[in-house]
Amino acid sequence: MKFWQKSLVAVALTAAALAQAAEVNVYSGRQEELIKPMLDKFSKDTGIKVNLITGKPDELISRMQSEGRNSPADLLISTDVGRLYRAEVQGLLQSIDSKVLTDAIPATLRDPKQQWFGLTKRARPIMYMPGKVKTEQLSTIEDLADPKWKGKICVRSSDNIYNQSMVAALIAQLGEEKTQAWANGFVKNFAQPPKGGDRDQIKAAAAGVCEIAIANTYYLGGMFDEAGDKAAAEAVKVFWPNQLGRGAHINISGAGVAKYAPNKAEAVKLLEYMVKPEAQSWYAEVNHEYPVVQGVKWSQRLESFGQFKAEQLQLSTLGELNAKAIQVMDKAGWK
Amino acid sequence: MTSSLFSRTVTVFALLLALPVLVVLGSLWMPQPELWAHLLDTVLADYVTNSLLLALGVGVLSAGIGTLMAWTVARYQFVGRTLVQWLLLLPMAIPAYILAYSYTGLLDFAGPVQSQLRLWFGWSYGDYYFPEIRSLPGAILMLSLVLYPYVYMLARTAFRQQSGSLLEASRTLGFTPRQHFWHVALPVARPAILTGAALAMMEALADYGTVQYFGVTTFTTGIFRTWFGMGNQVGAAQLSALLCSFVLLLLYLEQWSRRKLRFYQQGQKQQEPSRQPVQGFAGFCMLLLCLVPVLLGFLLPALQLLGWAFDRAEQLLSADFIKLLINSFSLAAFTALVTACLALCFAYAKRLSGHWSLVLPVRIAAMGYALPGTVIAIGVMLPLAALDNSIDVWAEQQFGIRTGLLLSGTLVALVLAYTVRFIAVALHSVEAGLMQITPSMDNAARSLGESPVGVLKRVHLPLLRASVLSALLLVFVDVLKELPATLLLRPFNFNTLSVRSYELASDERLADAALPALAIVLIGLIPVILLSRALDSSNRGAQ
Repeated sequence: MKFWQKSLVAVALTAAALAQAAEVNVYSGRQEELIKPMLDKFSKDTGIKVNLITGKPDELISRMQSEGRNSPADLLISTDVGRLYRAEVQGLLQSIDSKVLTDAIPATLRDPKQQWFGLTKRARPIMYMPGKVKTEQLSTIEDLADPKWKGKICVRSSDNIYNQSMVAALIAQLGEEKTQAWANGFVKNFAQPPKGGDRDQIKAAAAGVCEIAIANTYYLGGMFDEAGDKAAAEAVKVFWPNQLGRGAHINISGAGVAKYAPNKAEAVKLLEYMVKPEAQSWYAEVNHEYPVVQGVKWSQRLESFGQFKAEQLQLSTLGELNAKAIQVMDKAGWK
Repeated sequence: MTSSLFSRTVTVFALLLALPVLVVLGSLWMPQPELWAHLLDTVLADYVTNSLLLALGVGVLSAGIGTLMAWTVARYQFVGRTLVQWLLLLPMAIPAYILAYSYTGLLDFAGPVQSQLRLWFGWSYGDYYFPEIRSLPGAILMLSLVLYPYVYMLARTAFRQQSGSLLEASRTLGFTPRQHFWHVALPVARPAILTGAALAMMEALADYGTVQYFGVTTFTTGIFRTWFGMGNQVGAAQLSALLCSFVLLLLYLEQWSRRKLRFYQQGQKQQEPSRQPVQGFAGFCMLLLCLVPVLLGFLLPALQLLGWAFDRAEQLLSADFIKLLINSFSLAAFTALVTACLALCFAYAKRLSGHWSLVLPVRIAAMGYALPGTVIAIGVMLPLAALDNSIDVWAEQQFGIRTGLLLSGTLVALVLAYTVRFIAVALHSVEAGLMQITPSMDNAARSLGESPVGVLKRVHLPLLRASVLSALLLVFVDVLKELPATLLLRPFNFNTLSVRSYELASDERLADAALPALAIVLIGLIPVILLSRALDSSNRGAQ
């Protein structure tokens, strides 16, 4: 045998040997810091090795798509429902029949076809400056388009997926026409052209640029942990809008098993691991996200933001309406 | 190796590098009328104006700073000059989006500067004017501060290589030093300065992190919005193709502007003119002047990072972090070598034949520099995965075995993407150097019996040492900072410093992001220092 033939055989043998050890390949839209500790614990508990790449969910979806049936991906994790829906529509996921999952996760927070499952809830309430705004003045998200809020609202760019999902949810519940009218009014009330992230909106409110900021709760939660941001976080209060009606806007982070998953059984095991109470409260402690599983204790920080009623929207519709939401925001001049 | 074999091999490589860009351009054949109608109605005008203004602003500002600094350092002898001449390279090590984050932290309404002003003068919101850093001018400033070193580095080499006889000649003709600068030195250094400015402009066009954070809507933010938000990958690729056309125009204008000019330095012994000594207060002022860009582009943000990183220092020694360092460093070093070698071959093959079959793919590949890394990554991923999958199908039919993915998801894909993205940087640097070598040298060497490849090895390479080193350095630092392609193409469990830093920063956890960012800066410093010393010695050697 020539040298290169020998090497080829050696490589093939090594590959075969590697393939035998139980492992699971994860494409994660959730960043390493916020997933790796749990995966490490999973490996320790089950002996299954986890291989991880992180990235933006859409890029990971593109990668899975181009890799086709040879894709090594077993589990796709995403930080919002729109991307899971997109992966499903592109035929990249498969239905998983697991009683553990269907029992643990409420039906609105998972795909009707069981192709993806919500793992945590992320809420996007109103945050206000208690000295300037009275709770009685606040009611719904729709109300924020009223001219009385002119120059008082801070919100980030419409490039952001959380804003896109929020508007998509409005389209689903109010219709496109009403949502467009709302967006037109809402944009007129901005205190400044949108810039920065969610934390920046909270800081701007605390500094007096505006009286109301729209932000996800886990950004606020994270600010308490950083010396530089703590004062701003303490200055604002959380208001849960639409409590008398449909409830406050929420999104999920979730995951689905890849269509061509080479390690399907392990992937399902990992999914089921993620809805265990310890895993669920880990998310709450580490990143201030709400558990999807009923009865799991919230972290103290989450408790301090108060209980709330959430939208009961089938979340897959957010994915369907995402492109429409962008068009609405473009037309309203939401930068 | 014979000349034609060399040319053919080089052409194959050039085609390989052009492929990802062609994949992007190929999207133009799939019309998306509905999307374009929407874009035209709403945001396209913004994209075009903002992108053009950004590129133009960055081009002018970085050319200004870079040329001024290069001239000062190359022509005057003042206190601290030797130190300052490499300090000026430091801002290059800072990723633009990191600079943007730290300046925002410093200058925005809630930041320490404005808070202090309010405290001192008893102002509150709306009482006073303060320039908004998160704006188009802000983005131009941020990008120029980290991109001027491109111009500075190339211009400094150019000014130094201008032979002393040029200065003597202009003195004889009665030129004052100022006239010498404007009428002799600057025009002769023009290819280097324009090359540097063109690189800075391309980088500005491709920037995503900074403009996105500042809320400036440009082509790149539009590309991502169309792709991620609307789920329209073809539309996103079409926007990228349009972006490419800007760059083509830019490159064409630059070439056209010097279509009839040649920049050879005559072969006689080149004497670097002695630097004019500037003493006392004037010399001190010159030092201060040179320190301004260093302070703004490096020291201030680095101190801010250091402040943030301070209470996270314990991570520094963790095994994880050391692995990150090694990954980043070795990847950047390897890619820099590959890219510089390819650039040298391309530039030389072009000099040998200049046939369109070579020039065109090289030109196309070089457009990769102005494309956002993600777009390049997709351009690399699609053909590689298609290749892998067809090999897999073929092997299954022929031998009943499945080969799976051979190249996708390996470092090969990543290095290929980097090479496409940064070949322009290396190419420009090498070509600017090659342009100064008169063809009579080639002819002389050939008539003495050297093969074409021998000429490259034994004549050009020693003369091009400074240019090749610059190419290596630029690519190294660029790869170190590169983010989007790394994110998308890396293998399992493979992390780099920029990935880590960006993940944390994009989650708005700046304090946690500071340590890896600082490490990028520090690793970037090592080659900056080493190579700037090597550049100095090669310059001395040329005297």
